[in-house]
Amino acid sequence: MPLLDVENVSRRFGGLVALDKVAFSVSAGQIKSIIGPNGAGKTTLLNVVSGLLSADTGRIQFRDSRIDGLKSHQIAQGGMSRTFQNPSLFLQMSVLENVMVGRHPRTRCGFAACCLRLPGQIREERRIRESALEHLRFVGLEGMAGAPAGALGFGERRMVELARALATEPSLLLLDEPASGLNNRETADLGELIRRIRERGITTLLVEHDMSLVMDISDDILVLHNGTPLAEGAPAVIQNNEEVIRVYLGTGLEDAAASQKS
Amino acid sequence: MGDDSLFLQYLLSGITKGSIYAVVAIGFNLIYSATGVLNFAQGEFVMLGGMIAVTLCAFLPLPVAVAAAVVIVALTGCLLEILFFRKLRHHTIMHMIIITIGLSIVIQEVALHLWDEKVRSLPYFSGSEVSSIRIFGASVSPQVLWVLGTVAVVVVLLHAFLRYTLQGRAMRACSSNPDAAMLSGINISNMRTLSFGLSAALGALAGCVISPITMTHYEMGAPLAIKGFAAAILGGLGNPMASVVGGLLIGVIEAFSVSKLPAAYNDVTAFALLLLMLFVRPHGLFGSPSGESVREV
Repeated sequence: MPLLDVENVSRRFGGLVALDKVAFSVSAGQIKSIIGPNGAGKTTLLNVVSGLLSADTGRIQFRDSRIDGLKSHQIAQGGMSRTFQNPSLFLQMSVLENVMVGRHPRTRCGFAACCLRLPGQIREERRIRESALEHLRFVGLEGMAGAPAGALGFGERRMVELARALATEPSLLLLDEPASGLNNRETADLGELIRRIRERGITTLLVEHDMSLVMDISDDILVLHNGTPLAEGAPAVIQNNEEVIRVYLGTGLEDAAASQKS
Repeated sequence: MGDDSLFLQYLLSGITKGSIYAVVAIGFNLIYSATGVLNFAQGEFVMLGGMIAVTLCAFLPLPVAVAAAVVIVALTGCLLEILFFRKLRHHTIMHMIIITIGLSIVIQEVALHLWDEKVRSLPYFSGSEVSSIRIFGASVSPQVLWVLGTVAVVVVLLHAFLRYTLQGRAMRACSSNPDAAMLSGINISNMRTLSFGLSAALGALAGCVISPITMTHYEMGAPLAIKGFAAAILGGLGNPMASVVGGLLIGVIEAFSVSKLPAAYNDVTAFALLLLMLFVRPHGLFGSPSGESVREV
């Protein structure tokens, strides 16, 4: 039984078919990547899976229950967490607070108990803080805990967002182009970090354009083209798939080389 | 009475009125941050708080009546959000703002029918209308101290709530970035309801403490809503604590304008200030021009 099972999912925006009968699955413990040219529907797919958009047809099964039609916060509480291509932080709050918010689905606290600062509540708050610090340490940003999130650089914001996503203790982590805007060294560190996330027992579904990163860390790759799956398989298989090379990898690899030079 | 004590008298009366504007402005801000809606029925919460407390006071001790009024109005606020806003998510913000104006009118009419057009008031919380305390030569009603004390405590508690509690943090997260908050497992709909409840409770409490001084009647809400709105704009929308400065500023300027201008110009100063602010610095004294607090209306 796969951890995430997407069946027959379609989504259109007016006349534009963004996703057309997409089906794939992610097994527990995998690092799976979704690649494809711009406009292939990768981000739409992540939005549908995480509940930000609804699917027009199809079903999505996560940890043995259907999640299509659920609200985003319910899906998050069920153990799925994600990051965005442009880090989506609470800019007016501190770095630590951002990650503390990630603990929300793993804490129980009634409104009254919160306001009255009952002793149990104060202990809970301390646990939230410690756990948030631990996740910041994991991404290497514990030194920035007190800084306002709005003051961070792009790469750091991405790491804070990742720490917040991890703080929800997900079983499935969705990463939307985590390497975009990062330099080579940062990208290498990111690959290492994603491997360490897997060691923690977290499954990762990755949308990414950086082919060296994708080929390096993925167990399995899904290629999307014009909203439909074009190919699926291990990196070696995808790299040698003629269809994939024709529509994407040929140009994709050149793009990657060009961006590395700049 | 010397010039100094007269000055102090005006200042204190300004601060008293201003602190009520501040509470209304905080209510505006809480709802605006969580939902993007400017709730023009905010003043009705103040009126309802006063009215219900006056009614309950007939057969309950004063503190119990005030507490009950605050709870009842808070629940009313939650109920209004669930009935009128929760289901209307896909409508534009402008629609929802117009709904709040409609609600304000309906609540006024309901209040007129439930009670009547008589002016009522709660008894003084301590002392009576003739007792006064002298501070640096100015005579101050003890109720003024009740108003200032209550508002100060409320502001501090609210700040602590938003800053140091799980729910408060979740509320700030929702106002800062609703999508990210949702994906962090926060139920935004509930946070929106909570913001209405909290604003209503604040308004009701203000309505109770101010009642012995300004009296309570069914029409008192709308002017307060407008002054509170001006205070919120002046401080900068999206920052509840800036509303306190905005409210006090409007209250004090209003009080001093009475000393220089004919009394009929009392309301003019607040609106002149509001217009000036909108022309010169539309994001308010403490807002940032490009900040997250500015939403598309």
